[in-house]
Amino acid sequence: MKLFFLALLLFGLPATNALAALDPALVKQLAAEESDDKISAIQQLSADASPEAVKVLKAMAEDALLVTGETVFILEGEDGNLALDAATGKLVVPAPKTYESITVNNRVRSTLTNALAAMRLFDPDRAVRLVAATELQSNAGIEMVPILARALAKEADAEILTLLKQAHAQANLANPDAAARLAAVDVLAKSTSPASRGLLLPLLEPANEPDVKVREAAGQAIKAIESRLVLGEILGQIFSGLSLGSILLLAALGLAIIYGVMGVINMAHGELLMVGAYATYFIQTLFRATLPDYVDWYLLAAIPVAFLVAALVGMLLERTVIRHLYGRPLETLLATWGLSLILIQAARMLFGAQNVAVANPVWMSGGVEIMAGLVLPWNRIVIIGFTLFVLTLVWVLMQKTRLGLFVRAVTQNRAMAGCVGVPTARVDTLAFGLGAGIAGLGGVALSQIANVGPDMGQGYIVDSFLVVVLGGVGQLAGAVWAALGLGVVTKFLEGWSGAVIAKIVVLVIVILVIQKRPQGLFALKGRSVDN
Amino acid sequence: MRTPFTLRFLAAMPRSGWIAMGLFAAITLVLMPALHLFVPESHPLHVSNYVITLGGKIMCYAIVAVAMDLVWGYGGILSLGHGVFFALGGYAFGMYLMREIGTDGSYQSHLPDFMVFLDWKELPWYWAGSDSFLLTLLLVLAVPSLVAYVFGYFAFRSRIKGVYFAIITQALTFAAMLLFFRNETGFGGNNGFTDFKRILGYDITSPEMRATLFALSALVLMLTLLVGRYLVISKFGRILAAIRDAESRVMFIGYNPLHYKLLIWTVSAMLCGIAGALYVPQVGIINPGEMSPANSIEIAIWVAVGGRGTLIGPVIGAGLVNAFKSYFTVAFPEYWLFFLGALFVGVTLWLPEGVVGLWKRIKARGKA
Repeated sequence: MKLFFLALLLFGLPATNALAALDPALVKQLAAEESDDKISAIQQLSADASPEAVKVLKAMAEDALLVTGETVFILEGEDGNLALDAATGKLVVPAPKTYESITVNNRVRSTLTNALAAMRLFDPDRAVRLVAATELQSNAGIEMVPILARALAKEADAEILTLLKQAHAQANLANPDAAARLAAVDVLAKSTSPASRGLLLPLLEPANEPDVKVREAAGQAIKAIESRLVLGEILGQIFSGLSLGSILLLAALGLAIIYGVMGVINMAHGELLMVGAYATYFIQTLFRATLPDYVDWYLLAAIPVAFLVAALVGMLLERTVIRHLYGRPLETLLATWGLSLILIQAARMLFGAQNVAVANPVWMSGGVEIMAGLVLPWNRIVIIGFTLFVLTLVWVLMQKTRLGLFVRAVTQNRAMAGCVGVPTARVDTLAFGLGAGIAGLGGVALSQIANVGPDMGQGYIVDSFLVVVLGGVGQLAGAVWAALGLGVVTKFLEGWSGAVIAKIVVLVIVILVIQKRPQGLFALKGRSVDN
Repeated sequence: MRTPFTLRFLAAMPRSGWIAMGLFAAITLVLMPALHLFVPESHPLHVSNYVITLGGKIMCYAIVAVAMDLVWGYGGILSLGHGVFFALGGYAFGMYLMREIGTDGSYQSHLPDFMVFLDWKELPWYWAGSDSFLLTLLLVLAVPSLVAYVFGYFAFRSRIKGVYFAIITQALTFAAMLLFFRNETGFGGNNGFTDFKRILGYDITSPEMRATLFALSALVLMLTLLVGRYLVISKFGRILAAIRDAESRVMFIGYNPLHYKLLIWTVSAMLCGIAGALYVPQVGIINPGEMSPANSIEIAIWVAVGGRGTLIGPVIGAGLVNAFKSYFTVAFPEYWLFFLGALFVGVTLWLPEGVVGLWKRIKARGKA
């Protein structure tokens, strides 16, 4: 028993030293019957943001602030057996046997949370202050104006400062002084948070806002915020349209090359995307097992691997099946569909029917905030950049190399190309490999934003075909414009009418466009009747 | 003098064809229903419920396959979206079946269960008249043909053909599937229609009704074959084949391929719609899955397995593939996709004329 008290003393002493005295009456008021009394006590205690007050209020929020008779105390220690007087910080001896906890209802709790957040604004740690300021920016009450003003004066960090200004202005909207309200409206008008509009809306009613000037200022502020929001929304849709378009482009580019050279629609193209995505998954697993330190860079290693694996699978398909169906495009379509079924089932048996997890590397997670409510995720930005990179590569390959020359020649006129010595059979295989490899690269990109599973290719197949049909074949420009156009149009329609209607409208648009341009937007010029 | 229609019609098939058809009629219209209805279940000759339903189902598929052969085998138009016409016919008839449930649904409402579930108070306008059997029959014929006509008009007018056309039809069925998956479309969302109770007041699960539907499917299949046969040996059919083989030349002679393609395309869609309407009461469910691109492309493989441009081939193909499917998916479910995939590849590589072509080759070799 003696040993126990000794231990109590030893553990209790540091805590005792740390706590300076608070106003005992205020602390006592925390345990008052009425919620209003509690709230006013909390607000007064939090005003000076002393570490002691933080400790008491924190204990209250965690239901560790207890009361027995006249004493308010905090229970702490490993087993909750140390009773510290809340006002003085002294050890309560003997430890109370019976006690009650202080009831914290929702109203009290929200005041408490705000008070704690406000007090954390003075924390030396920047991250803590940032979180606190974010919490406060949309729900600070008028009673917090003084503490926010003090925090504003002390704060040096620009990001936190913006948040604090917002919180301060928002708290000031309830200020009885019209000038203070006007200033607050002006601050909110410039704010970048979409929530500001909701804060300003009630001010338009004379019942809520007696001052005409403030009402007018609020009206103008709302207009300014709304036009910024609309702009942000449009930019956001264009961006996600471009992002969808670049995925479509990666999927359709290879398809267009293959169709251009061989006149064959490769129904297994979606599965080549899947092969690329699974290759990415495989490389990720390999990196985790062997090079855990460089796991963030697995994606760079996955790019060539996915290209090669998909290209090899593609060339294998071309050599074993597609080559033998030359000149029978409809049968090729069916045969490649069969190949896609086999590939799907093979993936299911090798990797399981469940989706596998491919993680974004750290440098690709998060996003960059361009403006209010418009955050561009890094992984999408990287994918758009990656698409540009692939596009440049393909362009160089097609325009500047001998293989590209051959591919273009066979696309334009197979018989004539053969006559002047182009090895058309080999060009077929290589072009198929190239198309498949690009699909593999598409799979790498897709693995970063979509689920990786055996069926993943099926979802993109119809859309990427539409890109080929719309863009026409033979020229990269067709695929590029069609992919980006379809991507942006789809995203705009989605925002306006929902995903399903958007798909149907896009299909109708494609059908109407090929009424005018049966060979697609960018057809090769030629004189042959049937091409 | 012009030969009378009946004579021309009878000349549409060689005698062996008429004999085979008579035999088929005897078995499906008399023998099988009789064995199902009048032979007690314990008897070894009894034809079970399962066989009747499976047989009826496969015959519906066979109708679709013949319809597909008309456009693909004779018109050279590969459609990867025929499932949409099949499903539209099925949905049109399904609406009637839903109304026939009356107040026997789980919610005892006069509305179909899924509408009660969505808290709809009355039928949407396009459900008007769905309680009338005759109107429903009209709808079954009209809706798929109308959709096909409009779609075909725009597609054929701009001379979209070959793989382009195939892709566009696939997009069509894909879009339709997404549309029907929505609850707001008013066709039961992804559950579709099910829990049917009766047709014209008769219990839909009774052996008599099953036998009737079975015989009806057989009858429609035979009619489809006859009509198809008549179409392809007529002048129309010959021009159609000419368009398939050399569209530009046919145009230069002075024919407009649009009308020929459009007619066969619309007829084909209508046949699919009828097949769908027969299919739904037999399997007891219709949902948007029927419109999935994979389903439609499977129709093409039935035709390819049987043999394109033979009419009878697709019937055999649909029977073979689906009989295999019902066995394989139960016995080796994980290998079915491998088998189906291999079938697609193998048939196109080694059996370009299908089973019928193989049979002809064997017969020719026997004679030589």
